[in-house]
Amino acid sequence: MDDKPDKMAIIVFSGTVDKLMAVSTLSTGAVAMGMEVNLFVTNWGLIAFRKGDYQQNMKISKDFEEFREPMMAAMQAKKVPSWFDTLTQAKELGELHVFACSQTMELLDIKQTDLEDIIDDTLGVAGFIDKSQDAKFTLFI
Amino acid sequence: MLDVKDVKVDKELDVRGSFCPGPLMELIRAVKMAPVGSVIAVLSSDPGSSKDIPLWIGKAKFEYLGAFPEEGYTRFVVRKTH
Repeated sequence: MDDKPDKMAIIVFSGTVDKLMAVSTLSTGAVAMGMEVNLFVTNWGLIAFRKGDYQQNMKISKDFEEFREPMMAAMQAKKVPSWFDTLTQAKELGELHVFACSQTMELLDIKQTDLEDIIDDTLGVAGFIDKSQDAKFTLFI
Repeated sequence: MLDVKDVKVDKELDVRGSFCPGPLMELIRAVKMAPVGSVIAVLSSDPGSSKDIPLWIGKAKFEYLGAFPEEGYTRFVVRKTH
């Protein structure tokens, strides 16, 4: 493989399970394909990364709320791993870095110790832009 | 044409029922842990696997020995060449 891997960047703004599953699945695919993935977790996304939050997070996007019950039931019946477990596995698999947004942390009075250990560091917006400016693509989820 | 019966499989993973990205992740983990030269088979019922697994094998530059359809699932076989 080439010495410098391609990069993917995702701004994780949402904290609902459906969108977090998209984040974890895309991250896994990118890491599997040899890409370096940088996540910037901000706003409602950061709420979902608080310690233990994923275990009871049953939120789903408002515009498809009627699918909440069948989706949760299907995930349980088909033993789909949680978005958080998938993301943790992606991190074991390759280069995945997770950064917490310092602005949201200050606003909501969240410390890095309040967040899951998967968070590597706290970053300001300029710090993340710097990390993602040479990304092949950037997503806002 | 390579016959699946001619290939000696060192490790077989049965991940039927698990879906995207589960089967690929299980395969990657198994390949990582396996010694160089070993042949690994993964049984997947996820329709995404037929694209994802060969793509990953190509990217990782391992030897893709093929996909062998069975009843309701497919057996993918790879050799860890390096």
